[in-house]
Amino acid sequence: MSLLRKPWIWSFVAAGLVWFVTIMATGGASTIGLTQATLTFAAFSVIVGTGQMFVITLGPGNIDLAVPATMTLAGTVALKYMDTQDALILPGLGIAIGIGIGVGFVNYALIKALRIPPIIATLAMSFIIQSAAIATNRGLRIKPPDAMADFTTGLTLGIPNVALVALGITGVAWVVLMRSVYGRQISAIGQSLPAARMAGLPVDGLRLATYVLCATLAAVCGFLLACFSGGAALNMGAEYLLMSIAVVIIGGTAVAGGDSNVPGIWGASLFMFLVVSMLNTYGFGAGVRLILTGLIIISVILLASGRQGATR
Amino acid sequence: MRWRPSPEALRLALPVMALAALLVSVFVMRPNVMGYNGLHLLFKLGIPIALATLAQMVIMSVNDLDLSMGSFVSFVACVTATWLVDAPLIGALMLAGAIAVYAALGMVIAARGLPSIVVTLGMSFVWAGLAVLVLPTPGGTAPGWVAAVMGARPALMPVGIAGSILIAVLAHLLIMRSSFGVLIRGVGGNERSVSRAGWSVLLARGAAYATAATFAVASGITLVGLMTSADANIALRYTLLSIAGVILGGGEFTGGRVSAIGAVVGALTLLLAGSFLTFLNVPPDWQIGAQGMILILILALRLLLVRLERRGARA
Repeated sequence: MSLLRKPWIWSFVAAGLVWFVTIMATGGASTIGLTQATLTFAAFSVIVGTGQMFVITLGPGNIDLAVPATMTLAGTVALKYMDTQDALILPGLGIAIGIGIGVGFVNYALIKALRIPPIIATLAMSFIIQSAAIATNRGLRIKPPDAMADFTTGLTLGIPNVALVALGITGVAWVVLMRSVYGRQISAIGQSLPAARMAGLPVDGLRLATYVLCATLAAVCGFLLACFSGGAALNMGAEYLLMSIAVVIIGGTAVAGGDSNVPGIWGASLFMFLVVSMLNTYGFGAGVRLILTGLIIISVILLASGRQGATR
Repeated sequence: MRWRPSPEALRLALPVMALAALLVSVFVMRPNVMGYNGLHLLFKLGIPIALATLAQMVIMSVNDLDLSMGSFVSFVACVTATWLVDAPLIGALMLAGAIAVYAALGMVIAARGLPSIVVTLGMSFVWAGLAVLVLPTPGGTAPGWVAAVMGARPALMPVGIAGSILIAVLAHLLIMRSSFGVLIRGVGGNERSVSRAGWSVLLARGAAYATAATFAVASGITLVGLMTSADANIALRYTLLSIAGVILGGGEFTGGRVSAIGAVVGALTLLLAGSFLTFLNVPPDWQIGAQGMILILILALRLLLVRLERRGARA
């Protein structure tokens, strides 16, 4: 039963259960629609969650709170630059990625040069990025190029395109984390920073690369989300702050760092979206929905801690 | 012998200087603020922000972090504006129950070794949901006695400043001078030695969380006293403000190194930074960004001071 010992399996089990309960409510009528919607919305959480996972892997205290602001800025600037022209899609994506790389660099520069704890550094940074996004956006809602709008809302073989993109990104992320030297090195840093430093790992370079990676994935997600939802909105990243952390932890990644896994992010993202749609389907109000979401996060973390205790 | 300031005093010097510098700049730009009414308006919201920051500080003194502070204070505000007015007894019981939930959370986190960030992240959804259930649409009224206290006009200084000083002194005595305060900071400093010394870490953490919740409840009640109504999102920004305030005031994320007076000063500095930027005619677009830059600037200065402190210790 080696599969049952994987830390990520439970998020998939939970997602499957909620999926079943939800389609039961409608007598199976909405199975395909629900599944496609779930895959689409989960894809966005998966992309930001993957970046956040790499940062959390670095160990206690490492977290990127600038993710929502980075998404907003990348989406806003890229859409403004593309100005609905299909020909400018690639440069627009390039600009989004460039914003991500820049944000990641400044984030780590603050952490390193000023010895500011990552939480505060990325928080201060997110204020600045958010302001930049407000100044660029000025309340205008520029439509994405038609080709990008079609791509992000379209299907390939019945599977949403954004889900395929997210699948590709997580596939690469899994190889990088589990099989590449870089992935093993950041896990080593997460397990013990002093030991990693003693072993001669280039700790600063690795941490810098990780913050850059996280911000870049957030920027790409912001680009896709802005195209998907027909334009960038100033609050479009807001819900992804807590979501990006929640999907990583529920997915079975150790909060203390050094022990991460990629598949769990998918399970947790599907689960989080399905819970909301299940509660909607059963007609619960916003208050009850929030309370149940919170209780579910806490129960998952309680169960997960029991599991770790048993194997220790 | 030359007088050398203690490390604690040095640590407190920066936030106090930052607050003074901001205050002087505001006075220079708007001389008419330099009076009872001007100061009253500047520091009006000081008390609830200071209380929320102290709540966060107590949690941080046991090495935890509360990401649900903003939604908890909002929940308390909603209960205050509704139940505490209509049925004071039930309202008070609800708030006492919320404090008990915090104590239980603290003990569960300690017993199972859970990450506080994730547990409080989950709780932030729960408090937000409860707030929506208690007060679905913005409204309600402040209980008469709260409005009377918060609307008072003491002779010497405005209520915002007088209240903040009073809170800072009380919190200083509780956290820095009492044996209870030493115990919870000890849990943050070295949990094992506290338990070897015969204390229950479980109970200490529970008590720390209950203390934090009490501060947060006071924050929510005073906030309603000032705003005279509530809504479910009234204090959401307190989560990040309170963390930033503690750090600005010289606190650390780990090791039980916190300062109650520093936390209050840090909270007031952040509050004043908002008015400062308005007076500076910073375009509204860049207001949040400028706050971020002020935060970075002050932390950079603090790094310099810490270096001085180290050099002082070595000499």
